[in-house]
Amino acid sequence: MSIVQTPITKRMTFGESGLLIVFSFFAFFAVVVAAKAHTSAYAFHAFVFAAASVAAVFAIGNRYMDRDAILPPQTIDGKPNYNMGPVKVGTLLAVFWGIAGFLVGVIIALQLAFPLLNFDLPWTSFGRLRPLHTSAVIFAFGGNVLIATSFYVVQRTSQARLAGDLAPWFVIWGYNLFIVIAGTGYLLGITQGKEYAEPEWYSDLFLTIVWVTYFLVFLVTVLKRKEPHIYVANWFYFAFILTIAVLHLGNNATIPVSVFSPKSYILWSGVQDAMVQWWYGHNAVGFFLTAGFLALMYYFIPKRANRPVYSYRLSIVHFWALIFLYIWAGPHHLHYTALPDWAQTLGMTFSIMLWMPSWGGMINGLMTLSGAWDKLRTDPVIRMMVVSVAFYGMSTFEGPLMSVKAVNSLSHYTEWGIGHVHSGALGWVAYISFGAIYCLVPWLWNKREMYSMKAINWHFWISTLGIVLYICSMWVAGILQGLMWRAYTSLGFLEYSFIETVEAMHPLYVIRALGGILFLIGALIMAWNVIMTIRSPETVAETTGAALAPAE
Amino acid sequence: MSTAHESHDAHVDAASGTATTGHEWDGIRELNNPLPRWWLWTFYACIFWAVCYWIAFPAWPLVSNYTTGVLGWNSRTAVQGQLADLRTLRAATSERLATASLQEIEKSPELLALARAEGRVAFADNCAPCHGAGGGGAKGFPNLNDDDWLWGGTLAQIQETITHGIRAGDDLGHQGNMTPFGAVLSKAEISDAADFVRSLSGLVPAGTPSVEKGAAVFKANCAVCHGEDAKGNQELGSKNLTDGIWLYGSDKATIVQTITNGRGGVMPAWGERLSPTTLKALTVYVHTLGGGQ
Repeated sequence: MSIVQTPITKRMTFGESGLLIVFSFFAFFAVVVAAKAHTSAYAFHAFVFAAASVAAVFAIGNRYMDRDAILPPQTIDGKPNYNMGPVKVGTLLAVFWGIAGFLVGVIIALQLAFPLLNFDLPWTSFGRLRPLHTSAVIFAFGGNVLIATSFYVVQRTSQARLAGDLAPWFVIWGYNLFIVIAGTGYLLGITQGKEYAEPEWYSDLFLTIVWVTYFLVFLVTVLKRKEPHIYVANWFYFAFILTIAVLHLGNNATIPVSVFSPKSYILWSGVQDAMVQWWYGHNAVGFFLTAGFLALMYYFIPKRANRPVYSYRLSIVHFWALIFLYIWAGPHHLHYTALPDWAQTLGMTFSIMLWMPSWGGMINGLMTLSGAWDKLRTDPVIRMMVVSVAFYGMSTFEGPLMSVKAVNSLSHYTEWGIGHVHSGALGWVAYISFGAIYCLVPWLWNKREMYSMKAINWHFWISTLGIVLYICSMWVAGILQGLMWRAYTSLGFLEYSFIETVEAMHPLYVIRALGGILFLIGALIMAWNVIMTIRSPETVAETTGAALAPAE
Repeated sequence: MSTAHESHDAHVDAASGTATTGHEWDGIRELNNPLPRWWLWTFYACIFWAVCYWIAFPAWPLVSNYTTGVLGWNSRTAVQGQLADLRTLRAATSERLATASLQEIEKSPELLALARAEGRVAFADNCAPCHGAGGGGAKGFPNLNDDDWLWGGTLAQIQETITHGIRAGDDLGHQGNMTPFGAVLSKAEISDAADFVRSLSGLVPAGTPSVEKGAAVFKANCAVCHGEDAKGNQELGSKNLTDGIWLYGSDKATIVQTITNGRGGVMPAWGERLSPTTLKALTVYVHTLGGGQ
């Protein structure tokens, strides 16, 4: 036992003892709230918080009993002693939530094609499952990918151990507890009715604490760096973490009815509320799904291809242009509404100006492969990431196009919007995430490569076919829908009733569901591959560690 | 550590022959390539276009108003213009429908076609959610294709029903409802009455003892509205119970429920929402679905 050998007496750190007290108190508080809760669904959530707090007390206590008297050192033999535990957990949770989210997506796609599948139950109705799907794929799958990769990338590119001892674990588990609270809340009917910001005030408050911790862990790790400069991927992670915090606070400025009630009322009213909502909603796309995943691209593509990033200058210019312009573009979600004309104009023009800054990332991603294009043939992981960047380019062209008011008058409220977000979500976000997971799993578990490269190939082709079916059917559906809605007879009457346009969607909804099923099958292949890789007996010395010794 | 890195400024990437910036992170370097020219010029062009758009259209908020743009365009006048265009397009048909009486429309094949063209979509957008896409009805919502009318099937009666609705708070609308008898009659009496009602369309054989008893209950309590012959009364909206057409269902449990708790389905007063011409078109459309009288 090292305890015997070391002269240092084992003591609880300030963080350990402090968190034990905080969690114990919070468990008690949550039980009191559960007892006096206005609704049973809220009482259930209070009990979940109480159970999680008790679990945290036990976990911290156990960890203290098992650990050495001194905390893990920052470096071992002059090399950084990376903390990869939270990265591993985040990566596995991302795979789990990805499959859950894709599955719910398939279910609601089938519900649209066959409404019978709503089962006439409130908990399984489209209205509750739809936010479950969007939150599961964006925040649960995407969020875990972002947290896990950011913890990995910031350590490797700063050559510093992750800041904090319990803090990174609090970020991972706290974030996932938020996901559970949010998701079960939707099923039980707890929502504040704001798209992509459905969780009520207490989930929002909890997420704020987790997110501020996340920001601090990331910031302090960067401050500890051994490198003179901050790597471009970390700029994007910073923009993502910081802006999401601001958006989250702005769009969730609510006043709860009571600490014992899940219900709250938003400070903003009328069109101001709509504007704040879409300032949030659009920048969730911009800073969560774009800036965050560009950070993945800037690390995993050059790393995997073993090529330098194409242009440092382009990365600086497009980074600042992107974050400056994105924040203005939200009003394009409210064209032809009560929003004043001037705000609509600004939303549209800033979206157009955003086109090239978005494409800067695509150019840097694709051109990084110059000199290594042959890898597109030989390495399915590179192929996945390159296709992802291509989808990124396509959807960041489609977005500005749809923001033009003349186009928007046709595309708005139609399935075209659904097709657009899924070419970004499935093509860009999910593919760059799959690519990163295929890189990370062997690196984290010290394997030479994924268990089966053939399975990655199957994953790629099956899900690519799925994406093509999905977005093509939705383009056709959206344009058909838009044209039918605006069709007038020569007598000046509407040519189609609304229900006729719904009927016309049916075959396209079936094709879309089929595309979703293929995408889900691809993800299941990935999950199998990840499990087999981790369970395979072979281990190699740290796979990427060798490369990070001082340059030459 | 940092000086070690900065001393590598001169590093050149072998594959492209381009110099790197000299920085290196976890084995990743960055090439010192300039901004692609086409990218930069397209970016400038987008900014230029945006500035032109700001000059032309409402764009920037000021202290108490906003820049209105040199074209003078705004969405309020734009939509007014579009509505005016639509009125012009519809003028010929709308005016003729507006001035013609229901009977004139019925007699003129041309006016009938116009009314049905407008009525078809108006029906599908407003009435179909309850009455079904083809007016086939659903439980509690009458079938409009048959000749069984609760409140009358002439053009004038249909128009009145659509305009003022049923139990919808419109004083001119139909008000009568099926009285609940749960507190008035015993369970046995209600059961007998249900058997009697079902016997009228042959669902229970005549002569069954409960039918006999039910007939007496019916005569004392139900005949006031439904008539001695149970053929209903369109003045009151009471249903004809002998035609084998059922609004809520013909099984005994449903009929017992109807007698016990009563019924009072609601149809909105569409006169509050639709224009007189549209109401006319809807009337003609419903009248021509199959059961018009």
